[in-house]
Amino acid sequence: MAIETADVEGIAHLARIEIDEQARAGYARDLSGILSFVEQMNAVDTSEVEPMAHPLDATQRLRPDEATEPDRRDRYQAGAPAVEAGLYLVPRVVE
Amino acid sequence: MNWETVIGLEIHTQLATQSKIFSGAPTAYGAEPNTQACPVDLGLPGVLPVLNREAVRMAVKFGLAVEARIAPRSEFARKNYFYQDLPKGYQISQYDWPLVEGGHLDIDLEDGSRKRIGITRAHLEEDAGKSLHEDFHGMTGVDLNRAGTPLMEIVSEPDLRSPAEAAAYMKKLHALVRYLEICDGNMQEGSFRCDANVSVRPAGSEAFGTRTELKNLNSFRFVERALAYEVERQIDLLESGGQVVQETRLYDVDQGVTRTMRTKEEADDYRYFPEPDLLPVEIGADFVADVRETLPELPDEKRRRFIEEYGLPAYDAGVLTATRELAEFYESAVTESGGYAKRTANWIMSEFLAYLNKDSLELADSPVTPEMLGTLIARIEDETVSGRVAKDVFEAMWSGEGGPDEVIERKGLKQVTDTAAIEAMVDEAIANNPQQLEQYRAGKEKLFGFFVGQVMKASGGKANPQLVNELLKRKLDES
Repeated sequence: MAIETADVEGIAHLARIEIDEQARAGYARDLSGILSFVEQMNAVDTSEVEPMAHPLDATQRLRPDEATEPDRRDRYQAGAPAVEAGLYLVPRVVE
Repeated sequence: MNWETVIGLEIHTQLATQSKIFSGAPTAYGAEPNTQACPVDLGLPGVLPVLNREAVRMAVKFGLAVEARIAPRSEFARKNYFYQDLPKGYQISQYDWPLVEGGHLDIDLEDGSRKRIGITRAHLEEDAGKSLHEDFHGMTGVDLNRAGTPLMEIVSEPDLRSPAEAAAYMKKLHALVRYLEICDGNMQEGSFRCDANVSVRPAGSEAFGTRTELKNLNSFRFVERALAYEVERQIDLLESGGQVVQETRLYDVDQGVTRTMRTKEEADDYRYFPEPDLLPVEIGADFVADVRETLPELPDEKRRRFIEEYGLPAYDAGVLTATRELAEFYESAVTESGGYAKRTANWIMSEFLAYLNKDSLELADSPVTPEMLGTLIARIEDETVSGRVAKDVFEAMWSGEGGPDEVIERKGLKQVTDTAAIEAMVDEAIANNPQQLEQYRAGKEKLFGFFVGQVMKASGGKANPQLVNELLKRKLDES
């Protein structure tokens, strides 16, 4: 599967990263290379193999439902660029 | 052309846990902003999520109640998108391997028939925070108290064929999660939220039409109205040669219309991938068996039992089992009354619910307890008071004047069943109204009611109506 420069732009947009126009072709080539490398695995019959979701052969431990975290708002907000009335302030977002 | 409506609902229920799904921060509603947001909820570097056992237990409980398959192994995934109330840049959700798959819920239609609605899946995920767009010097305020609150998203099959069916399904599900005590169902506080996928197709066609998604339909009424509007809009569009565009639309409550919100991002725009911070969740048979033990009697079973055990009409049984609390209230009251099931049902459905409604009270805040109502009904049955006077007693109990026996005693409302006393009042009524007596005897029989009224008035409403009728009849008809 080949990645076009338009795909690179799309992915960069979703990830909110800026990529120089000149660099896009290079990324498209590199990403295509990675995909074709991965595609080699398609040659293997995996119909009998259970998909692996996690490399550790372990299962999730469950936590008792207890509220254990105290309110430390002041400490957490000390590092925030802007707060007011207990709220974190961020650049205005209008949908 | 005849069009068929196709609707599927996605319902987000906030699970009634004490703490968040992946952190130990509390989940109480209405706290000061950001006082219930810990480093995990804030998405600070270096923190790791740990899954709340209770959230899993609640989702399994739901799965069992809708006869779904509980996945022995399920997994979490990251749903990636950027928004300021989602500090990590992704929501932990489930994608390929949800916890609950393939259940169903039966809804009752207006024509009295039942319809089975498929439940595709129910999965666990975390809620996002809240953005406040009021003006903070041109900035947006973010409250992350809600971030990380456990949600169960319940996805239906596209089995619903009308806005009314969609509302019926939503109500049924709402009652169910409250019966199961896994969600408080408070729609105003956002504990139970609904999105709808809706499309239309020519009747008889197999293929689905292009759908739109309606967001945030947060009351039963709005769901029905918004869907009705949207169905109409799509049909008008198609009949005038246009095309439905796949997009997300928002229902405008004030205008009663739906508007474009954003064109639908394709699922892979969210770049789902398995959550590396959480291991697969394995649910053993013993876990499922333990949860099964905690299942209460479900609404449908309860309704069936009310019809059989109490001999109630289906309608009454439906009203009384609408919530678990009301059903419990009813059963306690019946027991207290000495088993007068139908009379108790009538009193709850007329007086009791009307008073609750009038004062906008929740059942739990009712000044009249099941014991009080049951005793009052026993007093009607043993003829201590008439049904008419009982209404006054009820009103007094509602105003906090005490239990039925106390009110009857203090206000002297005890019914007069002494034949001699009533006979004296009857004689008096006849003697005082010779003209009416003459007319009555001349054949104007409807004057009988006039005499009943006179006697009841003389007794202050306390004379036993049957005795009054009997005695009057005898005396008036004797010449």
